Amino acid sequence: MALIAFYILSTIVVLSALFVVAARNPVHSVLWLILAFFTSAGLLVLIGAEFLAMLLVVVYVGAVAVLFLFVVMMLDIDFAELKQGFQNYLVVGVLVALALLAEIGIVAAAATFGGGTTFNANPGAATNAEALSRVLYTDYLLLFQMSGIVLLVAMIGAIVLTLRARPTVKRQNIAQQTGRKRKDAVELKDVRPGQGI
Amino acid sequence: MEDAQTLVVEYLPVVIFLGLAIAISLLFLVASSLLAPRKPDPEKLSAYECGFNAFDDARMKFDVRFYLVSILFIIFDLEVAFLFPWVFQVAEGNLPAFWSMMGFLGVLTIGFVYEWRRGALEWQ
Amino acid sequence: MDFLADINNAIPEAALAGFGLVGLLLGAIGGDRTAGLIRLLAAVALVAASVLTAYQFQHPGAADGIAAFASATSPDGLYRVTMFTLFAKTVTYALAALALLMSGGFLKTSQMERYEYPLLIVFGSLGAGLMLSANDLMTLYVGIETLSLSSYVLAAFRRDSLKSAEAGLKYFVLGALASGLLLYGSSLIYGFTGGTAYAVIAAAPISVGLTFGLVFVVCGLSFKASAAPFHIWTPDVYEGAPAPVVAFFSTAPKIAAVALLAHVMFVTFGPHEEAWRQIISIISAASMLIGAFGALMQNSIKRILAYSSISNVGFALIGVAAGVGNGAASVLVYMTLYVIATLGMFGGVLALRRGGRAIDNVSDLNGLVKQKPGMALGLLVLIFSVAGIPPAAGFWGKLQVFQAGLQADMTWLVLVGALSSVVSLGYYLRLVWAMFMKPSAGELDKTDISIGIIVLVTSLLMFPILTVTIQMLLETAARASGG
Repeated sequence: MALIAFYILSTIVVLSALFVVAARNPVHSVLWLILAFFTSAGLLVLIGAEFLAMLLVVVYVGAVAVLFLFVVMMLDIDFAELKQGFQNYLVVGVLVALALLAEIGIVAAAATFGGGTTFNANPGAATNAEALSRVLYTDYLLLFQMSGIVLLVAMIGAIVLTLRARPTVKRQNIAQQTGRKRKDAVELKDVRPGQGI
Repeated sequence: MEDAQTLVVEYLPVVIFLGLAIAISLLFLVASSLLAPRKPDPEKLSAYECGFNAFDDARMKFDVRFYLVSILFIIFDLEVAFLFPWVFQVAEGNLPAFWSMMGFLGVLTIGFVYEWRRGALEWQ
Repeated sequence: MDFLADINNAIPEAALAGFGLVGLLLGAIGGDRTAGLIRLLAAVALVAASVLTAYQFQHPGAADGIAAFASATSPDGLYRVTMFTLFAKTVTYALAALALLMSGGFLKTSQMERYEYPLLIVFGSLGAGLMLSANDLMTLYVGIETLSLSSYVLAAFRRDSLKSAEAGLKYFVLGALASGLLLYGSSLIYGFTGGTAYAVIAAAPISVGLTFGLVFVVCGLSFKASAAPFHIWTPDVYEGAPAPVVAFFSTAPKIAAVALLAHVMFVTFGPHEEAWRQIISIISAASMLIGAFGALMQNSIKRILAYSSISNVGFALIGVAAGVGNGAASVLVYMTLYVIATLGMFGGVLALRRGGRAIDNVSDLNGLVKQKPGMALGLLVLIFSVAGIPPAAGFWGKLQVFQAGLQADMTWLVLVGALSSVVSLGYYLRLVWAMFMKPSAGELDKTDISIGIIVLVTSLLMFPILTVTIQMLLETAARASGG
């Protein structure tokens, strides 16, 4: 049963990954990518890594894919024109892809016949998340803190590269508005008849 | 792939839900393609713009600010993702684990102060 | 895995991270007015990190020599300092500090004075230190990512310039690919050895999967060190990125990346030397040749320096290919001499401004000797050193790696090195010719005092009279790799 599910899911992953590359419309590519993420989450569930599956859905489907959509829409590129150069690089691309495929094949063969190591997604713990937590916040504490720094650098980078001060834009200052007193705005003049102000 | 049986039982609601979702969405697609009247002509298919022909493509560039907001969202999304497994250690009373998360949150809070003061959270 | 032992070894890095956070908070509260102050403080923090690392080097507690480590059984932990990496880290931090100090004038005149700049350099150096101190592929990756992310942003720091944005984008896309290769290799290694710790990998028997993983890791690391055939990004990034950023790229991360490649080969894959010797020597030969021939047709000084750095990484890799016993010390000596001289040369590039605008053509150097005789003489010594012309210090570095290559019976590699040295003289001498023989190309702006000092000091260090420094360097490097 699980084997059938595995084959169905992995077929969908491979096919949707293929369509990510093959789709003419980049927005469709992103949608295929989302399908690939989803199905990979299913594969993770099959090996018992439920927490990772949830992360894949929350982070990749929920956030990264949306970011990709933004990027696709932000780049105002005529993709049909871009793909015209595709033919020129086809031979090189196919060669590289074949080389990678052969490498994966050799490694897979070596893994099948030469042993390798088997892994367990949740060793000695009830759930995958608990198994992760046992090492992440203790043994790998240093890496956990460093990943905080990496996220911080990413944040600085995003702001440095995209944020522009727009000094000409007029903005509301609500505190100033509500803090305005009567005497700041209204001035009473005692106007005598026939003299003007 | 251990415990295939329990796995299927545990995820039965999800499987049923997915099956229903696929069935219903397929039903709508098939039904609309079978039942809806479809008589296209050039006028119906052309872009509608009041009074004159369309000048150019309806697509336009997205402002980079959307991107900034979403990348900041991803960063805090990841921060939350780290919180999930952490609760197991807190429940067990693991003090180093607790303080390591405080350090992590502290680093990102400094980042938050930075982006606030830089004005990255304002939609000018 | 004892976290306290880790943190004890990581005091310099902890100091840098702490400063980065405090500096960010300071900048966030004070705004861009504090940029100059934060730049100075960042330089002080980097110098402090360098001094702390040097102190660890002088008083090795947990540290041990690279040769001793390669044979030691299963030292655990994510983080580990060896004499070899301590040496590399000391030089990295010191050069990052100098590159930062040198950048002040350029940043002010080109309206790039923002407080993120020094902080990104601090975080980048932190990443470089972390990746050097890694004792586990995961620490290695996190360190590399910290350095790379900061570098991408720095390359595109002048975002209104099309070239700078292009440099950042190219660097990012290719860097992401290299990180992917590195991760793919690491996961293969994990799958076939059952661990990511260096000790586990070193103890594992060689297998097909491990070999493939090793090759992918070498590819990823060669990209970071800009060794051919993963060098394509280098000339474009050097040309497009702002000059002070390139001065940083070509010094601190450069020696860190080469030392990292050497360290991973010597330690992580130490027992599998036969598996990587071939590929490293091919990469080394390709880098030397491409660096030498590629620069001949260039007119931009920054592009020439980019090719020069590709070629010099190739020379350093001769020492890596020679193996830990023969070559470890020579890699450190060669890279240290190279990055010090490069820092001075970039001082020259930064000083080359006319009417407030940076210029970057070989013909702009014309007649430099008449306007700034001191600067021209300093650059002459530095160029001679980078080219490896006998009286200058760079020659001794080259001698070291060549000797290491000969000891390891890699005569062909040394011959390729000698050939590309001769070819590269073509463009080095062209720079000298322009400075000393051509008529002047027009009035240059006044040089910042900090740049003047750095050119003076670096050229003095490269000056043959001060062979004492070389002797000291040789001894220290030998200590760093001996054990």
